Amino acid sequence: MSLESLLLYFFAAAALLGGMLMLVARHPMRVAIALIGSMVSLACIYAILGVHVIAVFQVLIYVGAVMVFMVYVIMLLDLRDRSFTSKYGHLLVPGLGFGALLAVVLAYAATRSAGPAARALPNGDPGASFLIQPFSAEFLREYWLHFELTSVLLLAAVVAAVAVIKGGRRNDG
Amino acid sequence: MDRVQFLIAVSVALFVVGLVGVIIRRNALVMLMCMELMLNGVILSLVTFAQQTATVSGAVLVFLIFVVAAAEIAIAIPIVLLLSRQRKTLDVEAYSELKG
Repeated sequence: MSLESLLLYFFAAAALLGGMLMLVARHPMRVAIALIGSMVSLACIYAILGVHVIAVFQVLIYVGAVMVFMVYVIMLLDLRDRSFTSKYGHLLVPGLGFGALLAVVLAYAATRSAGPAARALPNGDPGASFLIQPFSAEFLREYWLHFELTSVLLLAAVVAAVAVIKGGRRNDG
Repeated sequence: MDRVQFLIAVSVALFVVGLVGVIIRRNALVMLMCMELMLNGVILSLVTFAQQTATVSGAVLVFLIFVVAAAEIAIAIPIVLLLSRQRKTLDVEAYSELKG
């Protein structure tokens, strides 16, 4: 087994461990730390796969922006309410059962369909088009409209966030 | 099990763990974070397939998912803040007016 696959298995196990810790940790801050660990492990997996653009995005956008925002909110709202003392709702048993069922079905579908399709694909140098420069050139040549539309979406999100906060303040009096 | 199948299995596991977290946890912020974990599982499968087929479109889709996730958090966090300001709790079972 090469070092690359060994690292891949290690980081996959770390990502899964982070996900499991999210289910059992009590304080939201610990959940956030577990999620950050899981996301960084996934970024390492992307880097091992040679998809450098996504690895950079994962760390910059997810860990750097989204999770820092989340951690700030957890710090501001340190509520020791009922969700802190008993962390699971009344859907614990059906939720776990449903999750196990879904895992079996999805794993069955994945192992059944991924095999032949993966073998039929060309086996060139898959990582080459995911280096920053070729990816960016291809992205802005082919998908410039989508890129511009995301800025509209982000603007709409900012306006909506401001509207939500303003509306809530008006209701408070 | 080859590498693609292994990565798809990891992405399935992450998605299921996130979904179970959304269902069983009762803290609104923890549920939001579990949704992010589900998105991460989907992104892993997209990256795996994009890398396997050596096409850029999968990575572009991942970029768009990042943007949508950022927008989702930007909307969801103010809503959670408003809810917690009204009831002083993050317990989702305290917000059950819409239940039949």
